[in-house]
Amino acid sequence: MTAVRIPAVLRPAVGGEKEIEIDGATVGEIIEALVGRFPPLRDQLLAGDGELNRFVNVYVNGQDVRYLDGLGTKVEARDEVRLLPAMAGG
Amino acid sequence: MPKSYSDLLREARSTIPEVTPAEVSQLREATPDLALVDVREASEWEQGHLPGATHISKSYLEQQVEGAVPDRAAPVVLYCAGGVRSLFAAQTLREMGYSDVRSMSGGFQAWKTQGLPWKLPASLRPDQKLRYSRHLLIPEVGIEGQAKLLDSKVLLIGAGGLGSPSGLYLAAAGVGTIGIVDFDVVDASNLQRQVVHTSDRIGEKKVESARKTLTALNPDVNVVAHDEMLVADNVDRIIAGYDVILDGTDTFETRYILNDAAVAANIPVVHASVFRFEGQLTVFQPFEGPCYRCLYPTPPPPELAPGCSVAGVLGVVPGILGLLQANEVLKLLLGIGDTLAGRLLLFDALDASFTELKLRRDSACPVCSDEAVEARKAGRSLATTSVGADAPFALGGSWTAPAGVVEEART
Repeated sequence: MTAVRIPAVLRPAVGGEKEIEIDGATVGEIIEALVGRFPPLRDQLLAGDGELNRFVNVYVNGQDVRYLDGLGTKVEARDEVRLLPAMAGG
Repeated sequence: MPKSYSDLLREARSTIPEVTPAEVSQLREATPDLALVDVREASEWEQGHLPGATHISKSYLEQQVEGAVPDRAAPVVLYCAGGVRSLFAAQTLREMGYSDVRSMSGGFQAWKTQGLPWKLPASLRPDQKLRYSRHLLIPEVGIEGQAKLLDSKVLLIGAGGLGSPSGLYLAAAGVGTIGIVDFDVVDASNLQRQVVHTSDRIGEKKVESARKTLTALNPDVNVVAHDEMLVADNVDRIIAGYDVILDGTDTFETRYILNDAAVAANIPVVHASVFRFEGQLTVFQPFEGPCYRCLYPTPPPPELAPGCSVAGVLGVVPGILGLLQANEVLKLLLGIGDTLAGRLLLFDALDASFTELKLRRDSACPVCSDEAVEARKAGRSLATTSVGADAPFALGGSWTAPAGVVEEART
């Protein structure tokens, strides 16, 4: 199980949880498992082509997966996955 | 046996090597770690000194030199007005164990006569010396740094939740010119966090309300009010001439318009955004670190990104983030420390935790990549082709928020 940190913007879609424990060997598998469990997350995270939306970044241990292997980035159980959508509030 | 002044001078000359102003000039080029110490009185230093010199009056030499030159093996050149006091001062440093001490013959007079470069030190009025005394005590700021702040121009985008605390502290710090862009008026619902405004100013223009507060706090500050909405047509004119921009807006549209113009104008942007109990903060230093489009190539659709007026925000969160922004602004202006360029700092008020994420420049960025810079020079824009037709805020694009969204989200 890998801990996925859910930012406040996305929390309503997961019942208010700050962190979801979920199985998956890659970022892609984890995202698929997440949107399977919490369908309202799908539009927030994934574009029509199944790729990550460009306004959401995913970090594994503080590194942007766009500069790792994208959705194919390997994830170990103790890694920290963080979803981070753009926010504008000021 | 009693010694005369000439005896002492002779002794000093025989033990301390002397260097001519021309040699010192060359030595400075060749020896970057050379410590150049001016041992004249403060009143003489204020009339002009060698660039890069440290001032320690001869009467304070023993007390202060260890702070200025901690390394006993460092090469040191001392100078005074004519080359005598510096010889005696050099003897003192020898006694203290400094092994490579020289004295500049002929002193500052000879240096000036030979047409070598010198500068007047920054000066402050007596009331400014008092007002900024806690800054002046910090070696990294000092009179030079404070004079730099007084000469600096910072633009606040928005006099709201982020702009209020940062504006207050930047004004207090003596940032000489503070521009504020805001077209809004003070609303009662702003006062829970927008501490630059007051209850008796509800309905007043935010830029005017902010001007009153900031100039009351520090009359040294020139507040420039830009009572207009930042849009693609006026952004270049508004940001021109500012040293640093503090982004405290709460619409994506403004943030992208600002980013694209600031990259083109090569002005750093200190960016923050807040949502309920959370905040994000970074510095976009054009071409040295990523820009906003490297971080988020496209904005989310409005329904997926509610602003503070829809989602709410704990008042202290923009307060904390705004002050962290002010901290980054001051470091940029003073040229000290490490900024958050290339790092995104997340704050969570409920956990009381900070998390740092690494950001990178996107080599395909439609705004700050080499290709984009070339395209801009050639008078065209890459954004529409590289970002794709679905990018609402592509350069030159004509995206407008669905009716009411921008108005509503703006607080």
